[in-house]
Amino acid sequence: MAEGGPGAPGPSADAGRGSRALGNRGVLVSSASTVLFFAVIALIVALSPGSEVVAERFFNPKNLWQSLVGSTGNPSVLGAFLLNVKIFLVAEVLILVLALVIAVVRGIPGPVFFPFRLLAIVYTDLFRGVPLILVLYMIGFGVPGLGLPVVSYLPDVIYGVISLVLVYSAYVAEVYRAGIESVHESQNAAARSLGLTRWQSLRFVVLPQAIRRVIPPLLNDFIGLQKDTALVSVLGSVEAARAAQIYSASEFNYASYVVAALLFVLITIPLARFTDRLIARDKRRREAGALA
Amino acid sequence: MRRRISLIGFLLVAMLLVGCGGQSAEESGATDRCEMDDPPLYTEGVLTVATDRPAYPPWFKGSPKDYSGYEGDVAKEIAKRMDLPIKWVVEPFNKSYAPGAKDFDFDINQITITPQRKQAVEFSQGYFANAQGILVMKDNPAADAESLSDLKNLTIGAQVGTTALDFVNETVEPAEDPKVYDTTNDAKSALESGQIDVFVTDLVTTVYLRDFEIDGSTVIGKYPRSEQFGILLQKGNPLVGCVNEALTLMKQDGTLEELQKEHLQQYLDVPTLEK
Repeated sequence: MAEGGPGAPGPSADAGRGSRALGNRGVLVSSASTVLFFAVIALIVALSPGSEVVAERFFNPKNLWQSLVGSTGNPSVLGAFLLNVKIFLVAEVLILVLALVIAVVRGIPGPVFFPFRLLAIVYTDLFRGVPLILVLYMIGFGVPGLGLPVVSYLPDVIYGVISLVLVYSAYVAEVYRAGIESVHESQNAAARSLGLTRWQSLRFVVLPQAIRRVIPPLLNDFIGLQKDTALVSVLGSVEAARAAQIYSASEFNYASYVVAALLFVLITIPLARFTDRLIARDKRRREAGALA
Repeated sequence: MRRRISLIGFLLVAMLLVGCGGQSAEESGATDRCEMDDPPLYTEGVLTVATDRPAYPPWFKGSPKDYSGYEGDVAKEIAKRMDLPIKWVVEPFNKSYAPGAKDFDFDINQITITPQRKQAVEFSQGYFANAQGILVMKDNPAADAESLSDLKNLTIGAQVGTTALDFVNETVEPAEDPKVYDTTNDAKSALESGQIDVFVTDLVTTVYLRDFEIDGSTVIGKYPRSEQFGILLQKGNPLVGCVNEALTLMKQDGTLEELQKEHLQQYLDVPTLEK
């Protein structure tokens, strides 16, 4: 089957193929079942005895708007969400670098480097195992408590970013490692036989292939990271989830949580679609490669 | 009765089909009378009283099965006047105002009565006039503050969900956004380690922290805001009538004042800060 050129949009090509495969009757059935499915859910919600109260407490337009833009004494959820975005962007870059270092260190052969490999293994085991919120508490309240110069007097957001980087680097290092190990040993052997050093082979032959393969799972981890920026609020800074909580506690209304949830979804969707596209592109390439 | 369209927006178009829902507890109001010798209860024969955990002295003292302390004793006194035994249950503050049936008769947890909150829950009359207290470390420049305006350029912390946070935002109006913590304990750690210069919370708690928890701290002043702590009930729960009747009696015969003297007096003697 002929595949689209490099410029062809991945998902739409897929969607077109999907509906052709289903046929007209398939489209009809799928639409009907979709409508029915959501109608039943909506009916259950709407006819439940508490629906009036839930509508008032969660979806009142006045409260939704007020919490989005802020009101007297209550921070704006949208404004606070900018902090989530900032934390995410800074943490993401640091994670990509630190995790790659850990993954590479873990793969260095030779008995001399055993302590470094051990350190990398202990690191990933430790930080993948400890819940993020506990790391946040230990770093965010522990380090300032030590009273060390400079290190103990950083803003709380910095401790939050450090915690996120520590935990997520452990995950991402494993993703990198899986990518590195998926590159066939013959690639490395060929590179070495061409006269490349071990480092050059890693840098120019193995890593480029490895990283391209792991981009989709990497992005998946970053979607998780976007949401976990909300946990940084335990250290004192007001991000979107905390701003929502402040509004909720002051007005006794949960609309602010709905607003915060929507903001998180809105920023996650582009990344999710981008991941889908990359996966589709990768699939096309591999299929093309197999045919050739 | 028109329904809110926004809910539907979120839960997809199909909801528009529906005309009317169940009878709402919000609408009925607390019009039913409450008989002191036969109050409407969550569990027959027992007064189920809720508070958050951990519960802090001097509001609560003793075991969670049989609290004393100021709020513990106020609840006990109300139960005594209805001639009922008390059963204590745990209710996190953030859940106490959720829609739906409550798992308790009433919740007593230093909850300030405000007009917005009244739209969502039923409040009893006030049982304590709250003031905000301002806690700082003695070796911090904040200790020299003589008025609220001296606090403007400092890092201020407060606990989420407290009127102290509203007070900071509305009255102190600091240059830097206040830091907000989940619990008193987190705010306490932040104050001790210098992450915040000032911790604002209700006066009694600040003095308690100064005297029993944080060495080297001091309360530089209080700021009264004509706030009252109220007992929280399900919106429309007629039991509020009985709770109010009991509180009125306790105010008339001096019981409430005596309980305040016994539990809170030592915490209230703090100078008032100028704005």
